[in-house]
Amino acid sequence: MSSGRDAILARVRKSLARGPVDDGTRAELQARLSGHPRGIIPARSNRDHGAQVDLFVEMAEAVAATVDRVASPDGVPDAVGDYLAQHNLGADIRMAPDDWLESIDWTQRPTLAVTKGPSAGKDEVSVTAAFSAVAETGTLLLHSGPSSPTTLNFLPDNHVVVLRSSQVVGAYEDAWDQLRAAGAMPRAVNFITGPSRTGDIEQTIMLGAHGPRRLHIILVDDG
Amino acid sequence: MKTTTRQFKDNARTALADTGLQSALDKMETGFVVNRANAAARLPEFEALRDQGRDIKNHTLEHLDFYLETFEANVQKAGGHVHWAATPEDARQIILDICRSVDAKTVTKGKSMIAEEIGLNEFLEENDIAPIETDLGEYIIQLRNEPPSHIIAPAIHVLKEQVADAFHEAHTDLDPGRSLEEPQALLDEARAILRQKYLDADVGITGANFLIAETGSSVIVTNEGNGDLTQTLPKIHIAVASLEKVVPTLEDASALLRLLARSATGQEFSSYTTFSTGPRRPEDPDGPEQYHVVLLDNGRADLLGTEVREVLRCIRCGACMNHCPVYGAVGGHAYGWVYPGPIGSVLTPTLIGVEEARHLPNASTFCGRCEAVCPMRIPLPKLMRHYREKAHEEKLTPAAERAGLGLWAFAARRPGLYRWAAGLVIRVLGALGRRRGRFASLPFASGWTRYRDLPAPQGQTFQQQWAARNGRRGRGA
Amino acid sequence: MSTTRPEVALFVTCLVDLFRPVVGFAAVELLEQAGCTVSVPEAQTCCGQPAFNSGDRVDAKTVAAQVIDAFEGFDYIVVPSGSCAGMLSKHYPELFEDDPAMADRARDFARRTYELMAFLVDVRGMTGLDAAYNGNVTYHDSCSGLRELGVKQQPRQLLASVEGLTLIELPGAERCCGFGGTFCVKYPDISNNMVGDKTTDIEKTGADTVLAGDLGCLMNMAGKLTRTGSSIRARHVAEVLAGMTDDPAIGEGQPE
Repeated sequence: MSSGRDAILARVRKSLARGPVDDGTRAELQARLSGHPRGIIPARSNRDHGAQVDLFVEMAEAVAATVDRVASPDGVPDAVGDYLAQHNLGADIRMAPDDWLESIDWTQRPTLAVTKGPSAGKDEVSVTAAFSAVAETGTLLLHSGPSSPTTLNFLPDNHVVVLRSSQVVGAYEDAWDQLRAAGAMPRAVNFITGPSRTGDIEQTIMLGAHGPRRLHIILVDDG
Repeated sequence: MKTTTRQFKDNARTALADTGLQSALDKMETGFVVNRANAAARLPEFEALRDQGRDIKNHTLEHLDFYLETFEANVQKAGGHVHWAATPEDARQIILDICRSVDAKTVTKGKSMIAEEIGLNEFLEENDIAPIETDLGEYIIQLRNEPPSHIIAPAIHVLKEQVADAFHEAHTDLDPGRSLEEPQALLDEARAILRQKYLDADVGITGANFLIAETGSSVIVTNEGNGDLTQTLPKIHIAVASLEKVVPTLEDASALLRLLARSATGQEFSSYTTFSTGPRRPEDPDGPEQYHVVLLDNGRADLLGTEVREVLRCIRCGACMNHCPVYGAVGGHAYGWVYPGPIGSVLTPTLIGVEEARHLPNASTFCGRCEAVCPMRIPLPKLMRHYREKAHEEKLTPAAERAGLGLWAFAARRPGLYRWAAGLVIRVLGALGRRRGRFASLPFASGWTRYRDLPAPQGQTFQQQWAARNGRRGRGA
Repeated sequence: MSTTRPEVALFVTCLVDLFRPVVGFAAVELLEQAGCTVSVPEAQTCCGQPAFNSGDRVDAKTVAAQVIDAFEGFDYIVVPSGSCAGMLSKHYPELFEDDPAMADRARDFARRTYELMAFLVDVRGMTGLDAAYNGNVTYHDSCSGLRELGVKQQPRQLLASVEGLTLIELPGAERCCGFGGTFCVKYPDISNNMVGDKTTDIEKTGADTVLAGDLGCLMNMAGKLTRTGSSIRARHVAEVLAGMTDDPAIGEGQPE
């Protein structure tokens, strides 16, 4: 529908009372795109890293995520196992095929039945890593890729995210900088802030609308 | 979509008599309104962020052609497709063609006001494709066969008993004896039914809160996660969005996202904000095989050149309607078209015509609460006044109103005559109303006295009394 | 308080002129207490808001130009109404934006124009006054004064100094009462719903008097209160501050 395209762009330009942007303006706009300047960043997250991690935990818990802090990766299997036990969940977990998660010795908790790959909708619990986490609103950033199937973030009733404290940044913009440094924009970038919720029936907030009913964060202290 | 905007007054009367609706609307003030105020108060930078949000949108609109072209190029670079739709007909046909290319039987849909604007569901049904709304509120009203009454809380007007009735009727496998009294039971039922629909759908259609030129991404913001399931599971993801949704960079989107949830529901951030860029990559284990963006114009390109262009800054948070006393009295359906509340009172005349939508910009007290909370600082009362002026110029206002206004203007331009006539009338009214202090009815004032007394004037005008006291009239006088 | 004696012109407003002159006299009294010399230009009628808000820009401009003429030469123009003051100070400059002959005059006029409470407190530095009122009062913030002019704490500050007066804050005080000028007669059903909510809120405070700074809102609320048989009285805040409360309240009958 290129005719639709050209006609629409022509109407836009007519309304702006000009032709296509001139070369000078184009260069300025290109520079704005490639420089992607930051705007106002709330001072809330402007603190030392330890305090940012605390803020992340505080904000995540405020939106009904649960957070379990463990001292090292070795503590993760037990933390997962305890979480399952606490909520009377079975031993099956669907795990993201993530190098770091795979480097953990899951046999420490022999009862866990770990399978890996995307979800087809039958899994009760998923375990994933995250790309980063944003302190200002307690937001996890996950993105799609071979080691991080998107379906794990939405289909299982319980989403367990294993996060390293060094992955916590202050503001969204900090996460964008890291993501840009990591390469091209992935197909899906998911900002996740607490479990799924709805207020669509009589403005009553309820958790677990379509996505996970619970979001559990295992925060590994790694300095 | 069928329009009943012309019958706004009748719609409003019906709404005012609907006790269920009234109790639903009453909850807004203690919910959305208080929550927004608290969220704004928790963020010291909130007012500065509003200025910044306005500036980002103004900058983008000023270079809209450039950013749209950049967006398109980056979508294509990521392996996606951009379709330009000048009209709702174009948009519907583009979407139908994509659905047919995979012989789609069902499509799941995330909440999209643009899909409402183009009447997508009816059109797909006519073409033997079943659209399934997945946002809980949208799903409820789809079952009830009615349009949304709020842009972020589409079923705000529905009581839980009515939801239960709709589920019992539509979910034929549902045990008729099963209790759906509690909202949680209703949610569980909807979750179970929709889960299978997501997995079965051939195409997923979502709207977009933002489009990002820098990356060619579409962004959706939800609390339920329905939009993500809609766009992740089917073979094809179609995002339908209007032109003005584009912003330059991820930083710009982040700046606006800081305003969106806080203004809408008073949340710090919605549960899910997802940036989608192109289809599944070769190495990806999941995600759609095709990614399409349908860009809808429907008058917006022309609107950009008019005095109401500021309305294009809108990010559809719904704060204006949450805070509007008129919306709070009559709800969304009374407005008679897709967009209710103050934003609807500006958009509707813009998109369907001043004559059809004459009532909407008039049905405002200009209390200014919408403008006071609009995260994009859209001067909504001013834009409504613009449409009042247009209606006046085109002589679309009722004859009686015009005559009254003419008489007023005649007198107001003649201070001497005005003082004389006013003094006379007030003296009579003052004498008549002196004992009771008010009138329960008066000829020519039935609009007022139908519901309230008219306080009687004190008897003499201020000007008469001031003159009688030889009060000062000017400097040195 | 400032020591120079400014020349102030009172813009009476048409509702005060016609329905409740005591508000005008109360305003004069308060302005004099604040050390001003007060005049009332004769050639004033209305601020033009009915035309402006009805989309009749031509008549609105004509009336506005006439007001600007009539108030030439005063140090300040003071208005006992947030709505009319908003029209004069916010919308006049907007009306003449594209009129080079009038634009500067309109802006200058707007700069000199104040709502009464804001003028007393913000310009004249009034912090309290010598008045008494026995009662529990609640206060409704009229929309234009509040949102166009930022009138919020000034009346409360002055009311705090009134002997015998207890202020009970009105929940939803910032929500519109449903008056809206011609709105209340064009959309009476909706307006009724709004004013009904407002008077219910007022009743719930347990106050015996409701005050506000705009006669339009007050007549709307008073008319609803009397219609529903309430004994709550409605007065303009200036009446109480100036100690002019001997007259019957708005919509209240003469004692037999």
